[in-house]
Formats: sequence, structure tokens, C-alpha cells
Amino acid sequence: MSEALVTLEAVQKIFPKAKNPALTNLSAELLPGRITGLIGPDGAGKTTLIRLIAGLLTPTAGTIRVTGLDPIKDATQLHKTIGYMPQKFGLYEDLTVQENLELHADLRNVIGEDRKATFKRLLDFTDLSTFTTRLAGKLSGGMKQKLGLACALLGTPRLLLLDEPGVGVDPISRRELWKMVHDLIDQGITVVWSTAYLDEAELCEEVLLINEGQLLFYGKPQEMTNRIRNRSFQIRNPSGSRRQLLERALRHPSVMDGVIQGHHVRLVLRAHTKPLDLRELDAGENAELIPINPRFEDAFIEALGGGPGGDSVLAQRLQPIIDDHKTIIEATDLTKTFGAFTATDHVNFAVKRGEIFGLLGPNGAGKSTTFRMMCGLLAPSSGTARVLGIDLKKSASLARQQLGYMAQKFSLYGNLTVHQNLNFFSGIYGLKGPQQKKIVNEMIEIFNLHPFLHTRPDTLPLGFKQRLALACAVMHEPPILFLDEPTSGVDPVTRREFWTHINGMVEKGVTVMVTTHFMDEAEYCDRIALVFRGKIIAAGTPDQLKSQVATADNPDPAMEDAFIALVQEQSHE
Amino acid sequence: MSNFLSLRRLRALCRKETLQILRDPSSNIIAFVLPVLLLFIFGYGINLDASAVHIGLVLEDAGPEARRFANNLYGSPYLQVTTGLNQKAMEQAMAAGQVRGFVVVPQDFSEKIKRPLETAPLQIIVDGSEPNTASFVQNNMRGVWNGWLLQRATERGEKPATDITIESRFWFNPSAESRNYLIPGSITIIMTVIGTLLTSLVVAREWERGTMEALLASPVTRTELLLSKLIPYYILGIISLFLCVGVSVLILNVPFRGSILALWGIGSLFLSSSLGMGLLISTLMRNQFNAAQAALNAAFLPALMLSGFVYEIRSMPEVIQAFTYLIPARYFVTAIQTIFQAGTVGPLLLSSGLFLLLSSVFFIGLTALKTRRRLE
Repeated sequence: MSEALVTLEAVQKIFPKAKNPALTNLSAELLPGRITGLIGPDGAGKTTLIRLIAGLLTPTAGTIRVTGLDPIKDATQLHKTIGYMPQKFGLYEDLTVQENLELHADLRNVIGEDRKATFKRLLDFTDLSTFTTRLAGKLSGGMKQKLGLACALLGTPRLLLLDEPGVGVDPISRRELWKMVHDLIDQGITVVWSTAYLDEAELCEEVLLINEGQLLFYGKPQEMTNRIRNRSFQIRNPSGSRRQLLERALRHPSVMDGVIQGHHVRLVLRAHTKPLDLRELDAGENAELIPINPRFEDAFIEALGGGPGGDSVLAQRLQPIIDDHKTIIEATDLTKTFGAFTATDHVNFAVKRGEIFGLLGPNGAGKSTTFRMMCGLLAPSSGTARVLGIDLKKSASLARQQLGYMAQKFSLYGNLTVHQNLNFFSGIYGLKGPQQKKIVNEMIEIFNLHPFLHTRPDTLPLGFKQRLALACAVMHEPPILFLDEPTSGVDPVTRREFWTHINGMVEKGVTVMVTTHFMDEAEYCDRIALVFRGKIIAAGTPDQLKSQVATADNPDPAMEDAFIALVQEQSHE
Repeated sequence: MSNFLSLRRLRALCRKETLQILRDPSSNIIAFVLPVLLLFIFGYGINLDASAVHIGLVLEDAGPEARRFANNLYGSPYLQVTTGLNQKAMEQAMAAGQVRGFVVVPQDFSEKIKRPLETAPLQIIVDGSEPNTASFVQNNMRGVWNGWLLQRATERGEKPATDITIESRFWFNPSAESRNYLIPGSITIIMTVIGTLLTSLVVAREWERGTMEALLASPVTRTELLLSKLIPYYILGIISLFLCVGVSVLILNVPFRGSILALWGIGSLFLSSSLGMGLLISTLMRNQFNAAQAALNAAFLPALMLSGFVYEIRSMPEVIQAFTYLIPARYFVTAIQTIFQAGTVGPLLLSSGLFLLLSSVFFIGLTALKTRRRLE
């Protein structure tokens, strides 16, 4: 059984009109009975590769063999032996769970007794037995993915292709999906699992790491992580601002990458450098440098050429805001209902000047709804939202002048050029004349937008889109910044660059409220609130939340462990 | 089981499509509510018969001849006459839109009418801002005038000025009610909406929601995909067609002179042509918004404007007249109006049917060619 199930040989895919190839010169052999992770940031070419394997796209060059078949010529044969779960929910939302299963069973010729047995097995397996009469559209994100998996498994495929099954799913369901897929491996099914979550990579037997269409690494994830062995450290108990400490650390020539982890700072050193001396970083008397386990992400950052550095030119141009220790963002019993559905349920929090406050939770938990009420874009059903003491229900426009808002979905005009967008947004925030010109030029400089000035944002790479959106949100130098999933889908390097800017601005006294479903990102926040099904189930500093769930088995839990434990605690009540 | 068509898969897909139609409120509204609504609008709301237009009359001569002419005006069923004091007042009434035109019977009317060699003693002024109404008013007033002259001549035992008098009679729609031809025509619009707009949306929706991608990765074949879209919407369209005919005949009292079988036959051909166009659009567009725009421009607007349903083709510029031969709706409008008003006229239905058959083959064939088992 060592014959490869999928063979890729110098595969290339170039889409018409696209400047760069979606995939270049990719070769790999996927062995049967394994789970292969297809890892890379959004737009890396993961979906293209999966579609090529599924025979839904034709390669521009190179050859693909799946179970010995040519995916294009033998498409009919191939489709009988593979299960495919597209990134978008590929099932009919207006059909029930049972009807969706029946449709796919008929399509794959699963009939008679076999069908009954298969349905029972899959429904038990996915825990959907009690939901067979529910419309698929009314299922939660996790249940939808399970149903998708069940439908893809009908007809017992030899190869299962899963395109980002973890997106839009809460961490608990994500773990359940993992468990289910591992059971399939035991049954001899080969799985290709594509994901942008780098922590999932470590769980795969083999990974294909793709970035901008290039294969960066193919092999066991441990091999990749081993490349940077003994180079990951954590500075524990630093004194002073950890944001400034990170900035200093990233300027140090030995440091390749660094992130904030609650009160600690995590660093990855460059290869072949001498050990780091904490006194050089002015980390304080009690600070300790502790060696820690490397992560797959560390190796990924190195493969991409290292982190972006710690200086934010954007923040440097800001005038410092005097810290008056006042509460400037406040939610009191904030509630929003849409019909029978309560999106936000009696939410309370208060944010002081100069803080980063994070709302953390899976997609659909109610973060964005809460967020939109806080910037006066949605009227609360009950309760109040105040910014700088102004009730947003009464004078939203007055408060809005004081805040910068970056929406979750790219909200700039796709058919204006980058330059026109900058001019337009500076204009609506009241900038004009030479001052407007000066600020727009500064933004172009800071975010390296020069090469794209006359392109339309629609065609920009995602990282640049997000940069442009941030530029448009901060041009009027607002003292408060609302960022709704600002780094969703961008690669980890761009994500670090974003946080460098955010940290820099916060150091100048800007108050930031941010939503995220990345557990890692929550570590940057001063305080976070865990949102689940419209409610805040826990709030505090990242370290407080983590220590709440620390046990003898797991003395140093990750944010995701904390989240799962707290949600389960909640559902037991 | 052949590789091209498996009845089980086809049945499963048709069943899925039917469930979706039944559960989607917008499909139901388009297929069942919209037709009835449109029929009632065309049946009661829109009336292209010009009846009882308001006109004015300024009677400056009070002689018996003038009064008799005035009585004839009052007696016309097409005119509703208000008498004004003088020309000035009437001009103001016309400017205000209260009357569409007016007749001035001058002081010397009775004098001049006695001398046959004098020029026409009447003055007719019409509001030219609405040319159709203007010519209607003008024709009717002229008609009354000619009628009066004839009547006067007969009474006096004189020979009328002309020998020939024109008397129009409408065949097939004896009462010349616009409803009787508008309703069959509007069934064409309804069939176009169901056939083209609805199908173009449903396939594009499958692309947008990603369900098409999942289908393409399953053993479904191109033939099954196409048929599974054609069959349910064909049935929906035929139900809607007979619903329309039922409402028209039973509630709106539009006469139906042809055979149901002929209607079903020609309706099926038109539907398959419309469905083919809808499928082609959504296969090419893959986006609901664009598909709707394309369907409106390629099917709905031509069916409304160029099919001869409201606007008569013979009064269009020649280039556009030639162009209308390419519009399937044109053939269906002719056919269905004929079936409703004249009965089953074989040759006409055959030629219309032949064209509709050709256009069905064209659109469905092109869709089959353009349907890929891949995403590109």
C-alpha cells in the first residue's frame, strides 16, 4: 500500500487574465491512508490545488493522477471514488438534513439496505440523528460542516478532499471534526485537509505548505518545526509596557519574529545568533528568558523570510493623546434581537483610554452585531452603547467623528482606484486642501501603496486590501479605533505588521476595540471578552482567562483550551 | 444504466428542484401570484380603448342648425362634452388638462352653412401634447361633423357630398375590447418571466452558493444537470399557463376559441425556448444579479416591446420590424392571440411552432455546448 494515491508532477495553473500563476511547479505524492494538510494563507492556491485534484479545473501544465486516473479525462470514473467538500457550504439550505443526504445517496447510487445502514452510520457518526428534519440552512456552522462531511462520505470514497472545513466553526466543533476525520483515516480513507490555521498543520501526518502558488515545504510538520529548534523563547514577567518591549525586541538583530502572549512576549531568534541578553532589551529585573517549544507558525514565518519588524511609521506620525484613565467605551445591558433570534444578549463591558479590548468568539457568536451597535451602525433593541460619554442612540454622528472603523468585509469602493478611495475617505472625514494631500501621501508612503495607486482595490492582493482599509480608517487620526476581524484571512506576516501598527497607535494613547476569531490574536489584547451565542461568557486579561482553566494536566493552557473549557462549563450549567 | 443518463440521479435532482421551488416564496410568487396579478392589471387596470374623451364646445351661434350639430356632439359615445362660455375660457380649460380639445361654432355658422361654396365654418382645436388622443379626438369630431352633414343632406332630400361612407367593423374582436388581445399577450410576458427569469436565477444561485461545485464533483452528468433544470420548470410553466388561461376565461370572460391541445403544444415550444435562453444566460453569467439583468434585457423587454403585444409591429421602423422576427415572443403572441380570438388556425400555428422549435433547439443546444463539467 505504498503506491501513491495522488501524484502531482510539476503542476502549474495559470488563470486567464491573472498576472501571477496560481500554482507553479508543484510536485508531490500523497500516500494512501494518511491525512495530508494543505496549508497556506488565503489566496495561496490551496483551493486551486484541491479543485485540480477533483477534476474541476484543468492544469495549465504538468500531470495529475488520482487513484491512477486522469482527473480531466476520466472525470466520471474519478467522481465515483472521491468525496469533495467545497469551501462554500455545498449543500442545499432549503432542503432538510435527510433530503440532502437522500439527494447525495441517489447521486452516488447508494440504495436499498446499504443506504439505510449508511445513513444510520453517518448520522450517528456526525451526531445529527435528532436533526434529520431540520433545514440545512438552520444548522449551526459546526453542524453544517458535519452534514457536508456526511454527504461527502456517501458512497465510501477512497479519497476525501476537504477545503477549509474549519472556517466558520467554533473551536469545539473544529476539534470534533478533527476527531471524525481521524476515525476515517483508521478506516483507510485518504484525506486532504486544507486550512489557513497553522495550528492544524501540526496535527497532520504530512503537510504541503503553499504560499503565493509556490510549494514551500512538503513533508512531516515536525521536520519543518525542527528546523527552528532551540530558537523559540518566552520573556516571562517583564516590567513596563510589553508592547514597547516587543518593539525593542524586534529591533534587536538576533530576533526574527515576536508576538505578545498575554503578559509575556514570545520571540523566535534568527539562526546562528548568540543567546539573547535580556538586559539589552531592558526587560526589567524579574524578567526571565525561558526556552519553549517551537511552533509550526515560527517555521512558516521563517520560510516567508521573517517577521515584518516592530516599528510602526503609522504610529510615529501621530500626536500622543493624554491618558486621562477615563472609561471611553461602555456597553450596558446591550441587547439586539432579530425576530426570535437574540444576536447580542445583555452584554456589558467598559474600555478605558489606551486599552486594547478584544471580543473573541467563533463566527456567528454575535461579535459583529455588538460591534456595529458600539459604532452606531445598528440601533440596540435595549440597553445603551456609549462612546466618549455620548449615547449612540441619540447622537451617533457626533460620536462617529471620533472613531475610525474598519469593517469585517472589505468596504472600499472596488471600482475606484486606490488613490481615489484614499481621497474620497479623507474627504468624508472632513480633511481638505493641502492637509488632505499631505495625509494621503503619508498613507501611500506608510503602506507602500505606490505601485498600486491606479489599480482598483478589487484586484489587489488581500494583504494590500486590508492595508488600504486600515489607511482609510485612520486618516482622520481618530482617538478610538474599531477593527472588526482586521486580519481575517491574511497571512501571518501581514497579521504581525497589522499588530505592529495597532500596538504603536495604542502606545500613543489610541483606544482600540477589536474582534477576532483567532485565539492567538486575543493574546495581544489588554482585556478580552469571550462571546458565545450572544453572551459574554468570560472576561478578563488573557492570562486571567487562561489561568482560570489551568489544571495539573495542562498547567499552561493555550487560549483555545481556555475558550473550550469555558464554553463547556457554560453549557453544563 | 448508461453513463450519460441515470434515471435515479435525474429523479433525485428533479425532486430536489421541486422541493426548492415549493419552499422558495419568490418562485411561488413569480409562478402563481404574479400571473394572476398581471392578468388583473391588464384585464381591468389598463385599457387601450379610448372611450369618452372630454372635449369642450363653444357655441357662439344659437341658431337651430348650430344647436342640432351640438346635439350630435352630445350624442357621441366617444366624447364627453362640456359647454364653455367663450373661446378664452376653453383655452384655459385645455391648458389645465380638463378637456383634450374643443370645437368652436362661430357666430356666422348658420349663415355660412347655407352657402355651400364657403370654407368650413367650424374650428377644431386639439391638445397636441398627447398625439394619440389628439388624433382620436380630431377623428371623432370630424366623424360627428361628417355624420351631421350627411344627416342634414338626407333630411333636406339632397344628395350627400360623397357617395361612399366608411363603416368599420371589427372581426375576431367584435367589441374591439383591448382586454381580449392584451390578456393573451400578457400570458406571453408571464411565460417569459417564468421561463427565462426564474431559470436564469436558479442556476446562477447554484453557482453563487457553491452547490454547483459540489454537484460537479459528484457523478452527475451534463445531460442530467440540464434535464433536471428543464423538467421541473417546464411543469411549473405549463401549470402557470393553464392557470392564466383559466383565470382569463372564467373570471375575466375573455373568449377562447381555439383548442386546448394546440395551446399546450405551442405553449410547450415557447416555454422550452424561454427555458433554453434562461439556462444559457445563467450558464454564462453564474451570478444572480448579472443573470437577472441579462434575462430582463434579452427576454423580458423584447417580449414586452417587440412582440406586438402592446405596440403594433407594423408601426415600427422597418429595421426594428425586421429585428422582431428574431424574438420568440413575437411568434407566441401571434399564436396565442390567434388561439384565443380566432381559433386553431393550422398554417399560422405551424409556422410559429416551427420557429419556436428552432429557437428551442438553438438555445438548449448552445447551453449544452457551454455546460462544462468543470469550473472553467
